[in-house]
Amino acid sequence: MPVKVESFDSLDGAARALSAARSARFLGGGTLLMRAVNDGDQSFDTLVRAVDPASRQVRSEGDGVTIGAGVTMAEVVAHRDLSFLAPVARVVGGPAVRNMATVGGNLFASSPYGDFTAALLALGARLELVGQGGRGIEIDEFLRDRERYVGSIVRTISVPRPRDPGAFRFAKVSRIKPKGIALLTIAAYLPQSAGRIRGARVAYSSMGPRPLRATAVERALDGQYLDAATIEQAAAVACDGIEPHTDGLASAWYRREVAAVHLKRLLTGERR
Amino acid sequence: MARKPLQFHLNGSEKAVFVEDGQNLLDVLRRGVGDLTPKYGCGQGACGTCTVLIDGEPHLSCLTLAETVEGRQITTTAGLAQGADLHPLQKAFMDNFAAQCGYCTPGMLLAAKALLDRNPNPSREDVVEAISGNICRCTGYEPIIDAILEAAKSRGFRQFG
Ligand SMILES: Cc1cc2nc3c(=O)[nH]c(=O)nc-3n(C[C@H](O)[C@H](O)[C@H](O)COP(=O)(O)OP(=O)(O)OC[C@H]3O[C@@H](n4cnc5c(N)ncnc54)[C@H](O)[C@@H]3O)c2cc1C
Ligand code: FES
Ligand code: FES
Repeated sequence: MPVKVESFDSLDGAARALSAARSARFLGGGTLLMRAVNDGDQSFDTLVRAVDPASRQVRSEGDGVTIGAGVTMAEVVAHRDLSFLAPVARVVGGPAVRNMATVGGNLFASSPYGDFTAALLALGARLELVGQGGRGIEIDEFLRDRERYVGSIVRTISVPRPRDPGAFRFAKVSRIKPKGIALLTIAAYLPQSAGRIRGARVAYSSMGPRPLRATAVERALDGQYLDAATIEQAAAVACDGIEPHTDGLASAWYRREVAAVHLKRLLTGERR
Repeated sequence: MARKPLQFHLNGSEKAVFVEDGQNLLDVLRRGVGDLTPKYGCGQGACGTCTVLIDGEPHLSCLTLAETVEGRQITTTAGLAQGADLHPLQKAFMDNFAAQCGYCTPGMLLAAKALLDRNPNPSREDVVEAISGNICRCTGYEPIIDAILEAAKSRGFRQFG
């Protein structure tokens, strides 16, 4: 059955149509949804889209920056206030994909995708959903139960800006250069006070079905100086509590073996 | 099924067509308008041979919902040559044997045009990055990279646009 398309000029109108429809999806850049349409995916029968300029805005306020969910990876790369996220957006797909792929769509992408979301998770982003006011929800909570949000619309993503730019680190490991998809991705936010790490957040993507936190690594880092001994301890627990998957790129065993190596390189600041 | 009117500019001339719900831009260009220069490779975003420029920026037409291009400027490989004069990129591709089977060529040309329009003096690394979403199974990429660098150096590029 061919898919139906409904267009609205506001996100609110689109949200109402989504909640009324039986099996509809909100269209971002379409890099995943149009694939599904081309494949004849029967799990949804309607695409809902909104031509709402507000969903493509970037606003800096106080210690953070609020990104419209419809902002593309290419726009992230080009935006002055998002330079801390540019190295992340730059490694999503090739140039054409980056002109289309949105930040909002990345939140819903399954392995091996979700590189940008791993960075948002490490930075402790918050999401605002259309039709739900207030402070929005933490990205951790969103990812824990992501399927629940498939029929809703993310309006904005608010990201705290790292006070020390060097505190945010990111590495995407892929086999094909320069573009390949991730074997695994690591994003780490390691703020320090008086030389010690306080409030470490470390996230992986492609180490499970969706981006997740490496809580054992965070515990090993917290309160410590980022020295050789701490890095050894963090690497030793790189996969504690994590069950990586096997896919066409790598087996679970391989992911477990190399995650510690890449984590160690990221923490020592070693370039490959 | 719903059919919707759609208007856009293709290589500078106005087009008005009807599109079906869910139809992608590649299909509209090939079947609706009859421009066969954008190719269908995978329909999955993986090969890049369907690349077109939308308002000057490369997009994958197979993953672009056709009705989202209302009022926009589309460039395909059919819009590169001016009459009998090949575009400097096309000429450089010929001179450097950058097309073998030719299937990747339309996408490569447009990815390269988007790069050179923005950055007339690219490094080799810039070129590799610009075509990183385009797969070629024949040439091994080196002749394509050489051709794009040569076109950038050729003086004709800017006049051609
Ligand atoms: C060739 C290729 C290479 C790729 N490489 C990478 C890569 O390197 N790294 C990576 O992370 N991803 C990659 N991707 C996957 C994809 O392009 C990105 O994850 C992208 O960010 C998805 O966004 P989109 O706007 O295209 O999503 P869409 O296809 O529009 O939507 C995907 C899902 O998100 C939902 N959605 C979209 N926007 C919203 C919103 N505002 N609110 C609620 N739900 C929403 C949709 O309903 C749908 O369920 C690649 C894809 C292709 C085709
Ligand atoms: S046909 Fe569009 S990317 Fe292959
Ligand atoms: S020339 Fe054959 S795929 Fe590139």
